[in-house]
Amino acid sequence: MGYTLNFNLIWRHFDKLSGGLLLSLELALISIAIGIAIGLVLAVWYVSAGRIVRGVIAAYVEFIRNVPLILLVYLVFYGLPTVIDIAYSAQTSFVATLALYSGAYLVEVFRSGLEAVPRGQIDAGKAIGLTPWQRLLHVRLPTMMRITLPALSNTFISLFKDTSVASVISVPELTYGAQWINFNTFRIVEVYLVVTAMYLVTGYALLFALRLVERWYRTAR
Amino acid sequence: MATSSNDSPALLDIAEVSKSFGSVEVLRSVSLKVAKGEVVTVIGPSGSGKTTLLRCVNFLESYDSGSIRIDGKEVGFRDGGARQRRSERDLAGMRAETGMVFQGFNLFPHLTAAGNIMLGLTKVRGKSKGEARSIAEHWLGRVGLAHKADSLPAELSGGQQQRVGIARAVAMEPKILLLDEITSALDPELVGEVLAVVKSLAEDGMTMVMVTHEMAFARDASSRIVFMADGGVSAVGPPKEVLAAETTNERLRTFLARFRASQF
Repeated sequence: MGYTLNFNLIWRHFDKLSGGLLLSLELALISIAIGIAIGLVLAVWYVSAGRIVRGVIAAYVEFIRNVPLILLVYLVFYGLPTVIDIAYSAQTSFVATLALYSGAYLVEVFRSGLEAVPRGQIDAGKAIGLTPWQRLLHVRLPTMMRITLPALSNTFISLFKDTSVASVISVPELTYGAQWINFNTFRIVEVYLVVTAMYLVTGYALLFALRLVERWYRTAR
Repeated sequence: MATSSNDSPALLDIAEVSKSFGSVEVLRSVSLKVAKGEVVTVIGPSGSGKTTLLRCVNFLESYDSGSIRIDGKEVGFRDGGARQRRSERDLAGMRAETGMVFQGFNLFPHLTAAGNIMLGLTKVRGKSKGEARSIAEHWLGRVGLAHKADSLPAELSGGQQQRVGIARAVAMEPKILLLDEITSALDPELVGEVLAVVKSLAEDGMTMVMVTHEMAFARDASSRIVFMADGGVSAVGPPKEVLAAETTNERLRTFLARFRASQF
């Protein structure tokens, strides 16, 4: 094994990685924000809707869950603009895809959370005279949040890792930065070691921060 | 016997209410009038329809026929001939006129003791936060929990949670308070503190309908006792009459015998 590790070239191009990491975080953050909105609206709609609406929402969820993310990325970025007259940047296209992707998972997370709100709490809300909308806002959603926060954290961490898929449509996030350095320096082992460490440390830091948020939320008053 | 509440008009008027779950008839033409200031206790074996009856009064459950009126106003259905369910908004307004305390406490876990009480006051009664807070503190004081205003339900004992549950219901100034087996989920040593609160509310003249298995309490605190069996009212009257050992009502006698054997 005559290979000696040399990180000098990696550090010289480190801006590609640091900038890439920031973009990865940004993509994950925007996607999950939109995904949460999609998930919440559809989950609330689902639990109160009739068969047809439920069927449509379930079809969306199943479609997304059973198609690989990378295919969805290709479909939205290359496929859609050739069928309909629409133009968007790779980054916008990816955020839209990841938002739809996370939204599908979050519908399930929020739906099960809503259904897990104890019947007695809803009764108590009715008994003090809250309208259905007030019960949703002040009783069901806060309780659902406590139930689903851990799952939400996990989804966010997954989503952060999934941003690496954006490299296939040349969005300059972390994995794309790694590929760039690889092609230009051929330090393949070094660059992927560094990038792995960056994903690992960032993911772990996110998880730690989110656990703190969960604990704070459980005891907030 | 059925109309022992004198000439004052009934605050709560349950008239021939029937209800089935599928093929099971849980309420069979139940009629009961409750006057203002009365404390009416409903007893009976499990499955006799007590809780269902209570839940019909604030329309947490609907019923198939008959009517339930509070202050002359039909609770769940629109006034006038056709039996048409009220809108959810109307129902919310009607329900705000009754208070309910649950067997399982059912406090909102994300809100403090004071927050639980304030929610209805601010959202339903339209009071300001400050006003609601002082009302909440007043009632928490009444149930002996002034020092727990900022505690979350998870930090309170069962007895304390239930006292918050009572405070949450009465703070809304309901016309009637419904108590659904409110001590059944409590450890025996915590039952007393909850019943003491109920007793003090009764002394204040609060109209109450309660379902309970605490026979001694029912005997001491009630104006009338209703014995339900098989979804119907089997006996009604003052505690002394209904709980008399020499009753000729077979079902009642069997029911009471079981309690005497274990309790008093």
